[in-house]
Amino acid sequence: MRFTYLFICLLYSQISLAELRGTGDLGLIIEREPAAVQIISTSTQTSLSHITGLGDLSHASVVYSRDARYAFIFGRDGGLSKIDLLKNKIDKRIIQAGNSIGGAISQDGKLIAVSNYQPGGVKVFSSETLELIADIPATYAPNKRSKVVGLVDAPGQKFIFSLFDANEIWILDLQEPQKPKIQKFSNIGKQPYDALLSPDGRYYIAGLFADNGLALLDLWSPEKGVKRILPDYGKQDEKLPVYKMPHLEGWAAAGNLMFIPAIGQHEVLVIEQSTWQLIKRIPVLGQPVFVMARPDGRQVWVNCAFPDNGNLQVIDVKDLSVKKHLQPGKAVLHMEFTPRGEHVWVSARDDNRVLIYDTQSFKEIKRLPAKKPSGIFFSSRAHKMGL
Amino acid sequence: MYKILFSLFLSSPLLATELPESRQKELKNLLKHDCGSCHGLTLKGGLGPSLLAADLQNKSNEFLVDTIQNGRKGTAMPPWKPFLNKDETRWLVQLLKNQS
Ligand code: HEC
Repeated sequence: MRFTYLFICLLYSQISLAELRGTGDLGLIIEREPAAVQIISTSTQTSLSHITGLGDLSHASVVYSRDARYAFIFGRDGGLSKIDLLKNKIDKRIIQAGNSIGGAISQDGKLIAVSNYQPGGVKVFSSETLELIADIPATYAPNKRSKVVGLVDAPGQKFIFSLFDANEIWILDLQEPQKPKIQKFSNIGKQPYDALLSPDGRYYIAGLFADNGLALLDLWSPEKGVKRILPDYGKQDEKLPVYKMPHLEGWAAAGNLMFIPAIGQHEVLVIEQSTWQLIKRIPVLGQPVFVMARPDGRQVWVNCAFPDNGNLQVIDVKDLSVKKHLQPGKAVLHMEFTPRGEHVWVSARDDNRVLIYDTQSFKEIKRLPAKKPSGIFFSSRAHKMGL
Repeated sequence: MYKILFSLFLSSPLLATELPESRQKELKNLLKHDCGSCHGLTLKGGLGPSLLAADLQNKSNEFLVDTIQNGRKGTAMPPWKPFLNKDETRWLVQLLKNQS
């Protein structure tokens, strides 16, 4: 009798222990074709669960609530889904537009902003309930709305974004969510296609598809306007075709250097911050898509667009040259570092797998099956600005 | 359905060049994922316009084949000639126009 009682107590304590867990080592892998996500653990390097019913997840991206419990997934079809990482389920899901490209979470964690292609603009939702709080059409001429790209969060409850069709950058100030304030910058350069924010939240830089150089906005001095950097870059070189738009995700920075994918050239550009001069053009095997720094800034990992998308190259920041060439599989779409960078997870879409590499030895540690995997997003993003 | 297919067969010389099954599969994957990165996985549009059948009906096959083969200068649409020959491109255009 007493033994049974003890046994039951033990059993219960085990169960409740098993239920308690943090989310700091969790993440999501987007599976494009079944439109599903896998919740994974970077500690056990296993898939914990599968969630389906998420619409069109081509070009999906993810941000996390500040408690890192919830993931917000932005789908191509305008779907905004809130996933509970602890309960392994969809907490809420809405279709908020016809066609969307990405999103961001506000400084205080209360607002989710989504950038839309169709109808062009930004919508802002409560992160709690996904109720609409503000609707900002990207109207730039009578009856003309632009596709919105490069949406990031910035200090002071702001969101910054670019208008692909209108060559503008807008700052959306939501200190008072019911009374959004907008500051617009026009003629910033032709066809901004994506943008990024420096980790300190000071600089917003947009890449220009149909113009030379990049558009730079110093958020500490917005009154100075948008300035063009590297205006002469690529002027005389013939532009190579771009089969996939590069992503300016995160600020691949190391010390005072910043690494950016060139567009129409098979190069990574190294720029010195503060002077904004081009220090070096590092040749890579194709049109770079993601150029991402390991969290300690010692390495920069680069993948390429079709048809060179089987390659992954690693730049050693110490001497600004390519140190390693990996071939993880067919159609390498994305990579994500563990929070302190000892490992990197890489998706190989057409091989239906995700590979984990040791970033020191470059050895493959593990493979996980995934159906047409694309983006990989770890919960450590919860506490980073500008993603 | 068969009727439609049959009449297509008669009316369109494009289908005369049948592609091997394996190549068809590759092209479908290309369309979905690589064209899809700009036109959307379901081809409803993204940075590039919708490629749904209804949105392409009024455009001639030749025009669309030319767009895909040579891209459009000054826009983000790249030329696919290095990866798709004319027959394959025609096959893709047919596929696009006949998707439901
Ligand atoms: C890097 C982005 C990108 C990729 C990849 C891409 N396209 Fe396009 N495509 C565009 C853009 C942008 C336009 C619109 C061009 C314009 O403004 O006229 C377009 C236009 C088109 C059109 C003309 C549509 C119309 O209504 O006139 C067709 C057809 C087309 N693309 C097919 C394809 C196919 C097939 C593929 C894959 C083999 C592909 N595209 C891959 C960006 C892309």
